[in-house]
Amino acid sequence: MEQRVNIRSMPQEDHLLSGHGACAGCGVAIAVKNLMRVLGRNTTVYVPASCLLIFGGGMYPHSAFDVPFLYSAFENTGAVISGIKAGYRRQGKDVTVVGIAGDGGTFDIGLQALSGAAERNEDVIYVCVDNEAYMNTGTQRSGSTPFGAWTTTTPVGSRVKGKRSFKKDLMAVVASQDIAYAATLSIAHMNDFVQKVERAKARKGFRFLHIMAPCPSGWKADPSLTYDLARLAVETGMWSLYEVEEGEAHVTYRPKEMLPVGEYLKLQGRFKHMDREDVEALQAWLCRKWRMRYAPSQPPLDRTDDLACDGDGCEGA
Amino acid sequence: MRAVRALTGNAAAAYGVKLCRPEVIPNYPITPQTIIIEQLADFINDGELDADFIPADSEHSAMSIAIGAAATGVRTFTATASHGLALMHEMLYAPPQLRLPILLVDVNRSLGAGSGIWVEYNDSMPERDSGWMQAYAEDAQEVLDMVIQAYRIAEDPRVVLPFMLCLDGFILSHTVERVEVPGQEEVDAFLPRFSPLNRLDPEAPMCMNMAVSPTHAMEMRYQLDRQMEGARQVIAEVDEAFGKAFGRSYGGLLDTYLMEDAEIALITLGTATSTARVAVDELRAEGRKVGLIKLRFMRPFPHEELREAVKGLRALGVFDRSVSFNRFGPVFTEVRSSLYGSGVPITDHIAGIGGRDLKVSTFRDMFALLERSASGGRVRECTWHGLRGEM
Repeated sequence: MEQRVNIRSMPQEDHLLSGHGACAGCGVAIAVKNLMRVLGRNTTVYVPASCLLIFGGGMYPHSAFDVPFLYSAFENTGAVISGIKAGYRRQGKDVTVVGIAGDGGTFDIGLQALSGAAERNEDVIYVCVDNEAYMNTGTQRSGSTPFGAWTTTTPVGSRVKGKRSFKKDLMAVVASQDIAYAATLSIAHMNDFVQKVERAKARKGFRFLHIMAPCPSGWKADPSLTYDLARLAVETGMWSLYEVEEGEAHVTYRPKEMLPVGEYLKLQGRFKHMDREDVEALQAWLCRKWRMRYAPSQPPLDRTDDLACDGDGCEGA
Repeated sequence: MRAVRALTGNAAAAYGVKLCRPEVIPNYPITPQTIIIEQLADFINDGELDADFIPADSEHSAMSIAIGAAATGVRTFTATASHGLALMHEMLYAPPQLRLPILLVDVNRSLGAGSGIWVEYNDSMPERDSGWMQAYAEDAQEVLDMVIQAYRIAEDPRVVLPFMLCLDGFILSHTVERVEVPGQEEVDAFLPRFSPLNRLDPEAPMCMNMAVSPTHAMEMRYQLDRQMEGARQVIAEVDEAFGKAFGRSYGGLLDTYLMEDAEIALITLGTATSTARVAVDELRAEGRKVGLIKLRFMRPFPHEELREAVKGLRALGVFDRSVSFNRFGPVFTEVRSSLYGSGVPITDHIAGIGGRDLKVSTFRDMFALLERSASGGRVRECTWHGLRGEM
């Protein structure tokens, strides 16, 4: 059995350095800090327009990244990382090239360039840090925003309250392109998280990591609840943890029972206006997704325990 | 080994690119450019060119891939036209400020609506403010030669700016001409290996482009402005060196024809120059003192060279193949502002829009108006030539 890294044995050297300008409780900062620890020094980072560009890429002449970093626009992550990799390849340099984009930059404006890079099977890692809205511009709805959620472009009015359509199943779109590796990650399941990053790093070809990253300011939630929100997202079915290789999906963590979505919604101001009818509509959608994810073929778990939840003392370390 | 071949303008571009040995060629098809990337794909698949050919999902992505590759410090090429250039527009602003000397060949084609695939400069002219050098070629030989010159100019440590080489759709891109193709060894000797000062490299990490506040952005733009101005000198030097190495030179930023004793003259660019030259020859044979100024670069703009060239003129006309609606053609406004205070009366002559045919008589008509202007007659500030009668 392959030796798996965990949050104790993972590299501890930071490449998203402290002193960056993220908000308290920012899920993106937690995700990228740990992502970069596993990817290591021999990495080049592309970040499109996003919060991460501002708080991590930084304001000239300061940056929180201590590896080569490039930014140029919003919708071209898949394309620019293809070019960086080609440039390195031509010079015989074996460098891990990663693009880290938000959900707006991936689900919406960046989908075409992402799909092109996946189809060409570029030897790069594309990471989507998903906080379910355009947070850098002040919380506008994206293709990732869940049903019912308040955003500034799905406001709570007297006639229409919140977003009327459901979250796009981006993983299904990307994984259907026969890429080398695709996985969903959660910052509440950090052992699973770092193992998936390491697995992606070890493979060749196009790899896609989709990370759920709670945003306290955009979700109108207490910054101390970032971990709880990430955990509850999985327990309610608002997020699920699996990986796709060679066309087959493997669930890497299965909640013991499905929690009602209300447990997740009630901690966030973006959902507080939702009436019973809307909550039931969301719950029905989730039940359908849950069955599709966990029930159809009863795929065997890679392991029966989840290291993040089995009391190995790593929680919050 | 030099060879003489029958090549279209597009093929000449591809042969020139091959000789320059770019490492990465992101691409996307669009008429009338596509033959360039098809030819390059043939070179690569036949083992005649060792480069990464990356078929992008759009021109926007093609330029984005070029930016990523060039940022690691490798020579990069792409080509486009018209709507493809417009789709790239957002990304065109990155290479100048990031100092990435990418070469882009734009095969001029009109930008819709009123859509067509024929030559007009309304695709490239709006990009003269993007920070790219921009040159216009007259024939297939000049296309090939300028590809080679372009890399040397763009990669010169005194310049380090991207280069947009424009050629007329169909009239040049699809017309077969006699072209002398230089030998690989002599191009290698003329064009040194690309080795930029700054590049992405994990051995020496640097951040290339991040958020820039008003505290620093203005100085960056100023440096770019000065760098573009300084490129004028390098363009002249490279053209001279090219002449010594290959026996052909083009005058640098602009070329003149029979200007020594000319009293009236026309400024042209692109293939129109060849037709206008015939008109000049005819008028000279009739004893008229006419001349021609071939504008080769829109950026950097040859403001000083132009002031020198128009000395003694009694009237100057400017040919424009695109329009800034309500305010003349872009070449005219550039020329007139550069010659402000020179005392030479200048008029604009818009023709060939949407690929409308340009005849020798079209240019004779322009010269006729210039003669009237020179003898004190009234000539409109801007004339559209060749409009259909019902207008």
